[in-house]
Amino acid sequence: MKNVMNSKEYEKFIQSKMPKPKTLKNCIMAFIVGGLFSDLGQLITDVFKKNEFNADQTAAGTAIILVFLGALLTGVGIYDRLGKFAGAGSIVPITGFANSIVSPAMEFKREGFVFGVGARMFTVAGPVLIYGISTSIIIGIIHYLFF
Amino acid sequence: MQKKIGKQTVKLQNPPTITSTYAIVGPKEGQGPLAEFFDQILEDDYFGEESWEKAESKLIKEAVKGAIKSSGLDIGKIDYMFAGDLLNQIISSSFAARALQIPFIGLYGACSTMAVSLSMGAMVIDGGFAENTVCVTSSHFSSAERQYRFPLEQGVQRPPYAQWTVTGSGAAVLTKYGEGPYITHITTGKIVDFGIKDANNMGAAMAPAAVDTISAHFNETGRNPGYYDLIVTGDLATIGREITIDLLKKEGYYIEAIYNDCGCMIFDNIKQDTHAGGSGCGCSAVVLNGYLYNQMKKGDIKKLLFVATGALLSPISSWQGESIPSIAHAIAIESTI
Amino acid sequence: MMDYIKAFIVGGIICVIGQLLMDHTKLTPARILVLFVTAGVILQGLGLYQKLVDIGGAGATVPLPGFGYALAKGAIKEVKEAGLIGAFTGGIKATSGGIAGAVFFGYIASVVFSPKTKK
Repeated sequence: MKNVMNSKEYEKFIQSKMPKPKTLKNCIMAFIVGGLFSDLGQLITDVFKKNEFNADQTAAGTAIILVFLGALLTGVGIYDRLGKFAGAGSIVPITGFANSIVSPAMEFKREGFVFGVGARMFTVAGPVLIYGISTSIIIGIIHYLFF
Repeated sequence: MQKKIGKQTVKLQNPPTITSTYAIVGPKEGQGPLAEFFDQILEDDYFGEESWEKAESKLIKEAVKGAIKSSGLDIGKIDYMFAGDLLNQIISSSFAARALQIPFIGLYGACSTMAVSLSMGAMVIDGGFAENTVCVTSSHFSSAERQYRFPLEQGVQRPPYAQWTVTGSGAAVLTKYGEGPYITHITTGKIVDFGIKDANNMGAAMAPAAVDTISAHFNETGRNPGYYDLIVTGDLATIGREITIDLLKKEGYYIEAIYNDCGCMIFDNIKQDTHAGGSGCGCSAVVLNGYLYNQMKKGDIKKLLFVATGALLSPISSWQGESIPSIAHAIAIESTI
Repeated sequence: MMDYIKAFIVGGIICVIGQLLMDHTKLTPARILVLFVTAGVILQGLGLYQKLVDIGGAGATVPLPGFGYALAKGAIKEVKEAGLIGAFTGGIKATSGGIAGAVFFGYIASVVFSPKTKK
């Protein structure tokens, strides 16, 4: 082959041939689905409040119900189909967090309940918890020292 | 007579015959445009097994059995089985070989494996080390997806240039004494890497490898694109196919009129929502052993250049930010010598 | 009713940001989730995310930055009440329901259901 390219030249060469993601359509779908999940959360929150739960209980209860729904929809095979057209609209809400826990865990059931299900549950959720919790501890320490 | 006619190409002195083939595919491939040419279409891609890995191994086992059966040979007459697949440590192949009890040589060429196994099977026969060999490979959408990408039920979007791993296995029985189609030339590829790192963008990663091998084949055999009725690459899909055509023009070869890609042939990308097209070892294997072999037998294709392409990445190399080393091997299959 | 419209818009916009990151950067969904949670924690550390929650309600708490917000808010609150130990206990305490729920329901769903191949 005579015309060898380096990665920059090749990247440029193929650029015009790569199909562009349908960003507008994707964003509209993400907006609608993300909005709907948020409204569902709002509805659950309002029901808790109406039944005179305090703020902490309401927040916890809403999160619990949403992760339950995320897990259930993943289990019955709906969440992946939702994710295909909703994109970030179904990944970013907390239901997507549940999806990221259930989907690898059920996939690795054949590899056993400890190293399969148990270990794989946290392939995505693990990093989320690690970075979220660690950052919050740092924030707490900063507030302790400076405020 | 010198069999090696160039740095990468061998000309077989006693070209072996592809005496029989067998192609078995999953349900989705069975709804594609080539459905009528497959020997067996699964209704369920678990194939009666409890895991996808076991299902994939069974695909290989059944494809080998099917090909040997239609060759009319006794399984004991098969001297070697050359096989490989995409799973770690090529377990689909070795577990199938465990059941078949044919002397087994495991290969890894990622999606180029069908061409690797045909090369080995043909050279061993031409070298006088065997009379009959079976060459086989497989891939399975669900087992590949979990190894290379995301769990099936994870709600992620596939980029528009992503490819769909074919569920299927293709096997070919080669024999020393036969009346064609013959394997006449083999051009073994070198690794080519133009620096693509995105594991979803395999067509673009592999296209330069296909171009390198196809031009080497023309150079070393003295042939030109017009010699062949059809040149077919393995699994470059729509984007890789276009890049290949353009890059070959720069090399001075115009192949567009007689060129296609198995990844573009196996699915109806729009109706079946397969984005850029098919991929996986099974893609070129079932198209060759199903559709193309059928066309050669009918006489619609007399001279075929089969160029299977492989992206030799692993999930670990991707995580470490490595680019994708790619390869392509060309096999000339002709009905007369 | 106004609450629902606001929640819809705020939640929708956060998801659109995620979509833009997915389409135009090489970030994988897992990295975006990590990024969003961490961003939520930091924004609340600066006292900013609370304002978004006041406007959007569930629209700000249901997306993953809301999880980060709850972690930071809990940690800061507990620091005020219990001192340095609070930095370690507060975040998880505030989000314990969601985490425990995700672990528990996640496990149950994984055991009960099996993945199906894509069509």
